[in-house]
Amino acid sequence: MAEPLLAIRGISKSFGSVAANVDISFEVAPGEILGLIGPNGAGKSSLFNIIAGSIVPDRGEILFAGRRISGIGAVACARLGIGRTFQVVRSFDSMTVLENVMVGAFLHARRSAAAMRAAGEVIAFCGLAGRQDVPAHRLSPPDKRRLEIARALATRPRLLLLDEMLTGLTPTEAREGMQLVRDLRAQGITIIMVEHVMEVLLPLIDRAIVLDLGRKLLEGRPAEIVRHPDVIRAYLGDRYVA
Amino acid sequence: MAGAARGTLTMRRRREILLGAAILVFLALLPLGVGNVYLRGLIVLTLLYAGLAQAWNILGGYCGQISLGHALYFGIGAYTSTLLLTRLGVSPLFGMFAGGVLSGGAAFLVGLPCFRLSGHYYVIATLVIGMMVALLAANWDFINAAQGITIPFHQESWTDLAFRTAILPFHYVMLAYAALIWLIAWLIEGSRWGFFWRAVKDDVAAARSLGISIYPSKLAAAAISGAATGIGGVLYAHYIGFIDPDSTLDLSLSVLIALPAVVGGIGTLWGPLLGAAVLIPVQQLSVAWLGSAAGGIDLMVYGALIMALALARPEGLVSFFQGRAREEAADHG
Ligand SMILES: Nc1ncnc2c1ncn2[C@@H]1O[C@H](COP(=O)(O)OP(=O)(O)OP(=O)(O)O)[C@@H](O)[C@H]1O
Ligand SMILES: [Mg+2]
Repeated sequence: MAEPLLAIRGISKSFGSVAANVDISFEVAPGEILGLIGPNGAGKSSLFNIIAGSIVPDRGEILFAGRRISGIGAVACARLGIGRTFQVVRSFDSMTVLENVMVGAFLHARRSAAAMRAAGEVIAFCGLAGRQDVPAHRLSPPDKRRLEIARALATRPRLLLLDEMLTGLTPTEAREGMQLVRDLRAQGITIIMVEHVMEVLLPLIDRAIVLDLGRKLLEGRPAEIVRHPDVIRAYLGDRYVA
Repeated sequence: MAGAARGTLTMRRRREILLGAAILVFLALLPLGVGNVYLRGLIVLTLLYAGLAQAWNILGGYCGQISLGHALYFGIGAYTSTLLLTRLGVSPLFGMFAGGVLSGGAAFLVGLPCFRLSGHYYVIATLVIGMMVALLAANWDFINAAQGITIPFHQESWTDLAFRTAILPFHYVMLAYAALIWLIAWLIEGSRWGFFWRAVKDDVAAARSLGISIYPSKLAAAAISGAATGIGGVLYAHYIGFIDPDSTLDLSLSVLIALPAVVGGIGTLWGPLLGAAVLIPVQQLSVAWLGSAAGGIDLMVYGALIMALALARPEGLVSFFQGRAREEAADHG
């Protein structure tokens, strides 16, 4: 692998007696789309929060573009170029779509005209052009997901973390979402995405990490993952293992 | 389509400034139509509270940090300029500056420990600090303790803000004040800081994920809000010509500063003005008609009105005017 954009080294995190992440290590290459798969409570979101800086790990370190970022906090991570969405959507509900995305654009823009221009471009890219002046709280669920991506994108991230952005969407909406992810990669953005449903994720990703009960079960290309007995066991239970 | 939509925010802001200018002209001409001295006094007070409530709104409305201690900043402004004038002969024009800086600094200092607290604790902390300072001031001889300070009248002077009959000149002083704070709020709404503050109010975790530092944002909002409130305190002191802890530092004043913004529409440009225009006359008239002899009936009337408004329009009075526009936006969406 080329010089990795992100290197996770021996990350562990417990909440009380719950071990959310246990000794997780992997690397992400620039331009890659990495899938993070695992059943409920596997520790996917917890790991996302650690990479994005909003949770400090108990042990281990994270390097982003060669720089140690574990412990520096969510604000510093965002400024270094890590963008994220949340599993439970968090929009700024007193603002319109345009204003939401301008907040992100203001990370680089000083003047509001510049922020507005940058936000407009990102909004169009994410397929929300007709919705600019709609209050965020009025958006449909799939549009809210797009808004979160647009807002993160406005900060011009190098790495984008997408937590279950396709969950709960109709097949058509999910296909549009997948196309958006491909477009993002074409822009040169490295992506890590969490998803429950493997069928949607597998055709999209270059590589997957499977987590179960906080541990890394395995790592590999999509085709290897689906055939692996451990994955089948984790998802469907022992009796399905041939 | 996208181009037209992109202009909406810009156009809205342009409409606001035009409407603001129209209201300013109207209010500047208002004394021509209102001869009654009592009514003129009422308008002066309303303008003061429109400015104060907007100052409060900068922190409470835009940044979402509800303060019940803003009388502290008002009082610091009032005392600073009064002491400077009566003890050192310094003009209130400088007093305004000094009062603004000191009250802004005080709001910053209160924020340093209190913004480490979460949620409702900030409200309680500001309330307690405000009451503590009022108590201390009432026992502090250097500032004449509970007796208060009278500003003696020597001669008519704009630089001393001293007038034989103060009402008409102060109509324009308070109008300038209310207009200035409104303009500051308008500028904040369109600025980088304003966007950050609203993001902090709406969702802290999402704001952090976009690179916004929460604590400095709150401190900046508090400092500006406190300074704007303190300038109002300075103007009040020279208008009335007498200050004491009861009239400049009391908890009831903190509530009176916050209420117009809350009733009118928190975090909006027009809410504080609208709220002041409704609440201050009602409050003053119920005091005048029912009198303090009735023992708090004025407060009951006042309280009942606020309850009724809160039930009828939880989003504030501005929503009377916004209802149409919102629905139209939704139809297009
Ligand atoms: N902030 C937190 N505080 C306490 N416990 C947490 C926290 N975050 C995660 N956990 C716990 O850690 C474990 C892993 O949770 P996590 O949210 O990372 O799972 P997940 O893989 O994202 O699951 P899901 O697919 O349901 O979103 C769970 O048992 C959860 O209860
Ligand atoms: Mg999760």
